[in-house]
Amino acid sequence: MSSESGVEAKSGAEVAAGARHRATGTRMSTGRAGDRIFAGAARGSGIVVLGIVAAIGAFLVWKAIPALQDNEASFLTSEEWNPNAAPPRFGIAQLAFGTVMSSLLAMLIATPVAIGIALFISFYSPRRLASGLGYVVDLLAAVPSIVYGLWGLAFLSKHMEGISKFLNSTLGWIPLLGGDSPGKNSIFTASVVLAIMILPIISSISREVFLQVPQDHVEASLALGATRWEMIRMSVLPYGRSGMIGASMLGLGRAMGETIAVAMVLTFVPGINWHVLENGGSTFAANIANSFDEASVTGRGALIASGLVLFVITLVVNMAARAVVARRKEFV
Amino acid sequence: MAKRIEVSGLHAYYGGVHAIEDISMTVEPRSVTAFIGPSGCGKSTFLRTLNRMHEVIPGARVEGKVLLDDEDLYESSVDPVAVRRVVGMVFQRPNPFPTMSIYDNVAAGLKLNGVRRKARLDEIVEESLRGANLWNEVQDRLSKPGAGLSGGQQQRLCIARAIAVQPQVLLMDEPCSALDPISTLAIEDLIDKLKTQYTIVIVTHNMQQAARVSDRTAFFNIAGTGKPGKLIEIDDTSKIFTNPEQKATEDYITGRFG
Repeated sequence: MSSESGVEAKSGAEVAAGARHRATGTRMSTGRAGDRIFAGAARGSGIVVLGIVAAIGAFLVWKAIPALQDNEASFLTSEEWNPNAAPPRFGIAQLAFGTVMSSLLAMLIATPVAIGIALFISFYSPRRLASGLGYVVDLLAAVPSIVYGLWGLAFLSKHMEGISKFLNSTLGWIPLLGGDSPGKNSIFTASVVLAIMILPIISSISREVFLQVPQDHVEASLALGATRWEMIRMSVLPYGRSGMIGASMLGLGRAMGETIAVAMVLTFVPGINWHVLENGGSTFAANIANSFDEASVTGRGALIASGLVLFVITLVVNMAARAVVARRKEFV
Repeated sequence: MAKRIEVSGLHAYYGGVHAIEDISMTVEPRSVTAFIGPSGCGKSTFLRTLNRMHEVIPGARVEGKVLLDDEDLYESSVDPVAVRRVVGMVFQRPNPFPTMSIYDNVAAGLKLNGVRRKARLDEIVEESLRGANLWNEVQDRLSKPGAGLSGGQQQRLCIARAIAVQPQVLLMDEPCSALDPISTLAIEDLIDKLKTQYTIVIVTHNMQQAARVSDRTAFFNIAGTGKPGKLIEIDDTSKIFTNPEQKATEDYITGRFG
């Protein structure tokens, strides 16, 4: 604080110099070797991260451009995917649809359950049960995704057929749940698998956020005569709001990038189908995994171009999450 | 509205730690009772047993009786939530709900009690903010966050929030210890005004404050580290500060220890 007010009192030139010193870190540094090494290592790590992101972006663009130039169809709007044909025709519409739809559904299914788990562990369960339960939930994150894929294919999809039929017959008037032939290898089944996969991350981040709720806020509502649920509504959820949004967005991002489990569950049927209970659909990642091996040079370029789009979508999701979080900063 | 508190044979524990031992006292309605004593002597713990906030801490428990106009707060049929609705509390650090506006902070307790009508809420919010001597400073920014106020204003906001639900008793746990002298004075004036309507119990580290605001003063002490806190004596404030019965009290208020 004292250095801050000292800066204010100085003349303009000195202030600028002070700011420059602070920006480069020399003013804070004592000049000891340890300090300089640590500062250098920290700065280096920062630069490496930026470098890696830039390199990935550059690589994707560089590999994608030739294929995009040969493409005879509209890359963004076409539902075809024939990059190995001559002339190549491919577009990402159905991949984007499948990715966004399955991930959004997964997020919608997982978030309430995950937050419920986190609230139960943090505020309702007996202490002894809490640590064990938290451990089990975290364990879900350690299961390899190929195992989820196998489980989804061999077990879940069979049982999903009945659920899908039930949803279709009772809630079929909702456009998404409509359609004539609800199946077991649908986007909906993939979403349920994805939801289970992203459950641990959403729940463990929410739990961490709940742990940080200041005791002051908790006691403020309890002392007003709030019940436990009212206390959660008044003190915990508002405080944890941005954290919970961040957690579910992270889950969304993870669901979007998930490859193998989705590739195993989905049956490939060309075209966009809004009826998520029917078989078919594909995602960026699943499509890359399924077709990269047999792809021609142009085919690989096309897959990389689709990877670039996934990269951009993920970026947009994260930025949107930040915008939501920042909107009510005044209150946090 | 104000009620008498009668405590008898009260012990409080944190897990295996015996925090306060065998306290009995009577707190008169429409008066201010101050708790003084060295740090760790159990005054705050005791205060928190009076609205069942002590048991919020995991492992904490209470033995004994606290009668609020003949009703025992620790009867097994009594809901702690209901107790806290009639015994309000103001904390050491101002703790307005950070995500709520000034208005919503004051209305929070009312909404818990099922008051929904806008006109009624408006009325009580204004009344409570006036009661807490804060209305003039915030009336044109009621929709702004409560966390944007100064520390002293935040504490008065918390008092407004506590009195909005018209409690029988108001407990204050060192309400001025985080405030500057001007804000402290504002709160003390407020306490003087509130005691015409409420039973007020205040924990304070500041003996001048106890002397200024309270009608009766209770002195707490511990025999040593790890020993439970005890009530040494409670009497009229003027007597405690001029001619206390106990040697320990006299030593403490004259600054010979603590």
